[in-house]
Amino acid sequence: MFEALTSVRTAEQRMERSSNFELFAWLFMRVSGIILLVIALGHLFYMHFVVGVTNIDFALIAERWENPFWRIYDTFLLFFAFTHGTNGMRYIIDDYFRGGVRVTLKLLLYLLYFALMVMGTYVIVTFRV
Amino acid sequence: MVQGGLQVLVKEGLRYRGREGQWTWLLHRLTGIGVFLFLALHIFDIFLMVFGEEVFNELIFLYHQPWARVGHIFLFFGLLFHAFNGIRVTIMDFWPSLWRYQRQGVWIQTVIFLAVFVPSAIAILMEILGS
Repeated sequence: MFEALTSVRTAEQRMERSSNFELFAWLFMRVSGIILLVIALGHLFYMHFVVGVTNIDFALIAERWENPFWRIYDTFLLFFAFTHGTNGMRYIIDDYFRGGVRVTLKLLLYLLYFALMVMGTYVIVTFRV
Repeated sequence: MVQGGLQVLVKEGLRYRGREGQWTWLLHRLTGIGVFLFLALHIFDIFLMVFGEEVFNELIFLYHQPWARVGHIFLFFGLLFHAFNGIRVTIMDFWPSLWRYQRQGVWIQTVIFLAVFVPSAIAILMEILGS
């Protein structure tokens, strides 16, 4: 039982040593963070103080997506925000969980990431009234 | 099993006394989790657009309720704190010579955060009370 745990940990550590993935993830958090500073805060303020949250309904979003600019904007926002968030959750899982729990939680996280990325991209790209 | 993870976070958090750097680290984590959960929900609710006008409008009205609007104030708090703290961390990462001013950095960040958050929160509150 303990051998299994140790070997998982060594495999993880071996992988960490042999690839630049963690360095890339670190850089991605900084770069996407700076991008999100503009597009996520822009979205928050625009929707709250220009559009008005209580005005948001099906018709308003359908009209918004008539304009390809907003479809592209929303696709970028979806990708950068949810990828940044998912990687952050991965850090937190790594910090507080070990062994099988860690593996299970990460698997669930990646499933959620995949499902919501597909659902979000699908509706933004293919939506027709 | 959490393996005492959250317990350790709170207990050690209180014991460690890392001051500004530690408190902002903890808040960055908590606001990150909060914004992530909202984002997951938000992607799902926008996906409901595929089911057409009736279904979507029936559910989106939940976001127009006063309690949801109070939630928006928390969202502003979380996203703005996370954004400004993230800038500070990024600046420190790329210019390590600034580390010696990190305490001042936290105070500058707090002033900017309050300057943006407080008027936003007041504007949302006034809208809730006005409607």
